[in-house]
Parts: sequence; C-alpha cells; structure tokens
Amino acid sequence: MTVARTDPTSGRLPAAFLTPGSSSFAEFLTQHRADLLPGSRDLPAGRPPDAPRATTIITLEFDDGVLMAGDRRATTGNLISHREIEKVYPADDYSCVGIAGTAGIAVELVRLFQVELEHYEKIEGALLSLDGKANRLSTMLRGNLGLAMQGLAVVPVFAGYDLDRRTGRIFTYDVTGGRYEEREHHSIGSGSVFARGSLKKRWRAGLSLDEAVLVALEALQDAAEDDSATGGADPDRRIYPIVAQVTALGYRRISPERLAAAAQRLRAHDATAAGAGPGPAG
Amino acid sequence: MTMPFYVSPEQLMKDRADYARRNIARGRPVVVLGFEGGIAFVAGNPSRALHKVSEIYDRIAFAAVGKYNEFENLRVAGIRYADLRGYSYDRRDVTARGLANAYAQTLGTVFTTESKPMEVEIVVAEVGQSPDDDQIYRLTYDGSVADERGFVAMGGQAEQISAGLAERWEPGLSLSAALVLAAEQLTSDAAAAASPGQDGPAGVEQLEVAVLDRRRPRRAFRRLAGSLLERLLSPQDPTDDVPHTDESRAGLHDTLTGEQDGPANTDGTGDDTPAGEEDGPES
Repeated sequence: MTVARTDPTSGRLPAAFLTPGSSSFAEFLTQHRADLLPGSRDLPAGRPPDAPRATTIITLEFDDGVLMAGDRRATTGNLISHREIEKVYPADDYSCVGIAGTAGIAVELVRLFQVELEHYEKIEGALLSLDGKANRLSTMLRGNLGLAMQGLAVVPVFAGYDLDRRTGRIFTYDVTGGRYEEREHHSIGSGSVFARGSLKKRWRAGLSLDEAVLVALEALQDAAEDDSATGGADPDRRIYPIVAQVTALGYRRISPERLAAAAQRLRAHDATAAGAGPGPAG
Repeated sequence: MTMPFYVSPEQLMKDRADYARRNIARGRPVVVLGFEGGIAFVAGNPSRALHKVSEIYDRIAFAAVGKYNEFENLRVAGIRYADLRGYSYDRRDVTARGLANAYAQTLGTVFTTESKPMEVEIVVAEVGQSPDDDQIYRLTYDGSVADERGFVAMGGQAEQISAGLAERWEPGLSLSAALVLAAEQLTSDAAAAASPGQDGPAGVEQLEVAVLDRRRPRRAFRRLAGSLLERLLSPQDPTDDVPHTDESRAGLHDTLTGEQDGPANTDGTGDDTPAGEEDGPES
C-alpha cells in the first residue's frame, strides 16, 4: 500500500496533491517541487556571468485607476540584448506587475505570481484582496534573497485597483521583500531618477487616461535620453513602450495604435518647444 | 487472535461497489452535455457556495456527484495537477486526458487498497476548437474511465436521465436548447424521486449552471446565473447563447448574469487587450 502511495510510476496523484489546506500554489511547490521555485537554485561560488537586465518602469495614478509603463530594452553589460522585451505583465484581472533587475529570474517570478493568483481564484472562488496580492509578491521575493546577494536581484513594482477602496494603488519592493506603498506615482530601474524628475513636474491629480499615457511616455522618453539602458519609443521599427491601465473595469493594455498617436503628439510638441520659430514656444 | 471470516474477493469488491453506488445515487444529479458553442454543465444544487461544477484550467472543467468532501479534495488535486503541469511545461500541455488518467489511477487505488471506496462520480471535460474535438471523460468510484460522446448524466436516477438525453440530444444544439433539455431531465428526475421539496419544476435557484465557451480566448469556463440564465431557460425568449465578453462589473469575472451594474466600457478602449487575452511572460 505504501509503495503505491509513493511510487511515481503508479500514476496516482501523489499525497501532496490530496492534502487539504493551502490555496497557495507557491506553498504547494515548496512542499512538492521546490526545484521549480525561482529562488531555489544553488549558485557556485564566484561572480555570476552577466545576464540580461530589465530597466525602467513607471507607474502613476490617474482618474480611473493606475497606469504602468515600461520601456522595451534589456541590456547585458554595455550591450543591448533585447529590443522588444516586455516588462509589464497582468498579474490578474485587477493588477499588473512591472519588473526591473535580472530579466530571467524576474520573468520566472512573474509567471509564478500569475499562477499563484489564478490558483487561489480557482480554489477559493474569490479574488485575493489587493493587499493580499501585494503580500504574496513580497513573500516570493524573500525567497530570492540568496540570488540577490550574488548580484541577481529582482525588483518588481506592483499596481492594482483596490475593489474595496475603489481606487488605484501602487506598491514597491526592495530586494529583501520589503513592501512599501507609494502615493501618486513611482518609477523603478536604472532610468528611474530621470523619469521621476519628469513625473514630479508633469503629474497632477485627476489626470484623464489620455493625459496619463502622455505623462508616462514623456517620463520614459526623458529616462531614455539620459540613461543608456532605457529604450525610447522607436516609430521606425514600430516599437513602443508597453503601457497598461488597471481600473474598475480590470486590466487593459493600451493598443499600439493609441500609443503611436500619443508618441506622435509628444514629438510634435517637442518640435514646437525646440523653438522652430522665434521667441519662447507656447 | 481470532481468524477473520473468509470473504471472497468477488464478494468484497461487490460490497464496495454496491456501497459506493447506493450513496452516489442518493445525491442530486448532474448533466454534462455538448452544444454547438461548447460544453454545458447543469447540476441540481440549491447552494450558491458549495459547487458541484468548477473550473480546472483554461479549457477544462470538472463536475462531480457524491460526497462533497471527497470530490472537493479531488477538485483541488486536479487544479494543483493542472497548474503544476502548465507552469513546468506550457499552458497548452495541460489536457483533460492526462487529468482523467491521474484521477482514474487515484480512484482505482483507493477502491482496491483502502477500507472504503470514494463515493464520487466525476466528469472531466475539455472544450476543443470544434465540437468534434470536445472531450468528456466520466470516471466512476472504482477508477474506470469512459470517453463519452455528447452527454453524460451522473447521480440520482442517472440511467433514466441518460435514456431521456439519448432520445433528444443531437449534435449542434443551441445553448438554450441544451439547457432546456437538461433542466427538463433533472426535473423529471426530481419528480421520480418524489421526495418532499424536490418535486415541481426545477427553478433557476435550484440549478447550478456553467459552460465551457469555445469562443473565449483563454479561460473558457463561466458560470451562468441571474436574468441571463432565466432567459436561456425560457423557451419563449430569443436568447440562445452567452455573450463572449465579460460583464463590466467590478469583482470576480467568473459569472455571467446578464445584468450590467458597472460603468459601461465606452471610453474607446475597445481595441485594448484585457488581461485574459494576453499571453503570459513565457511567450
């Protein structure tokens, strides 16, 4: 009897599957298949080789919820390793997550986070609260601390629509899993210093969606101008930042056509401001 | 030490099977049937919280009759199985056949090795690209699997219901025709059982209804309730299918009710991609 219970070739679902209790997929993995967890690798001593790194993410509150935007560039050392990487992902219907840091591990972490939220939804038949989701992400990051100390850090930003408070909220994290709630706007990654300066000047309360998209694109553009690891909009190749909104209606990614139009407006505005005509531009 | 009475293996298995079969037949029945746009699940279940029909994965759903704690345990195991497989391979590699096999092994092992068989009967269904690709697997308490075409009835007077369905079910039914057919069969079952409180027509509040909708891009499972379900079950009403987009209502998008109480999605974001239709980071 015991043989049948533990023998993987019998085809029977292992006991861990039938143990009642946890609604968390990450906890289930920890007990049953810890090798699949993103932070579970043992690294050999020494400095790990250069791996692609993802950079600037911007997130800001607007009238209906929150907006998150990420550029498309990944860098390895001083090389551009990817021109079309996506760094903003839906976590579930009412939240999104953006990643900066070691891209490989970050993408794995996001996948696990997505499965974690959907798993809970299916087992419990209910959505986790926004704080609950933010805390789950915190727990997952903690598991990555060992890798972070070897230089493979991941720093996500999490934003979502709080269905109880009826407002958009933003959470940032440090490498140890510390969770901080941000107000109004925030940006992370290598270009964040420049983006934040731009956001401080451009952001105001009660932005409409179109205005918020413009503010986000402008902040990314500012970051791209001064930070080599941040890519700007590239109309020739039709590469635009990934921009997503989360409102009471849920997560929606802004269509490339709409972004192209916004980028066009921004360029026209810059051209006027650059002073084609005499005197201060209006 | 006293010697136990000798019981022949045939008798032992027969006793267990009778025990399980008797207890399964005591519960209210569930009907699973294909329609033109997917697979429909109709269960006699007055509870809004304790479900007999659930989502397992993107295109896969689960229906069960019998002892709640036992099939709930199997449901959670199925979700873990599917999520683990999808996470370590790819979402497309999770199949109803694989899950049905795992369930069959589990039920079979319990039936032969443990003191009591599981008093459950379950259906694992997967919706495909076309009605021909739909798969419905029925699993019984002893671990036997049947690959069913078109429809399955379990629990209650399952044989009568199956006979009724065999007479009237045909491929390519509309959703409302399929639901009306299933509801009528469940009603006649309740009337045959003639226990107090169960006779009379099965009202909407006595039914748990869900569909696997072929046309949805990723997660195909949606529960049906409220006025939408009433319209579908009423033969006079022209409604014969479910909307293929979710209602713009704050909260979990697992149920379609036909009632809009949130702001309508009219701000020109119609071409933007909602979360459910976007691929995960793996692609």
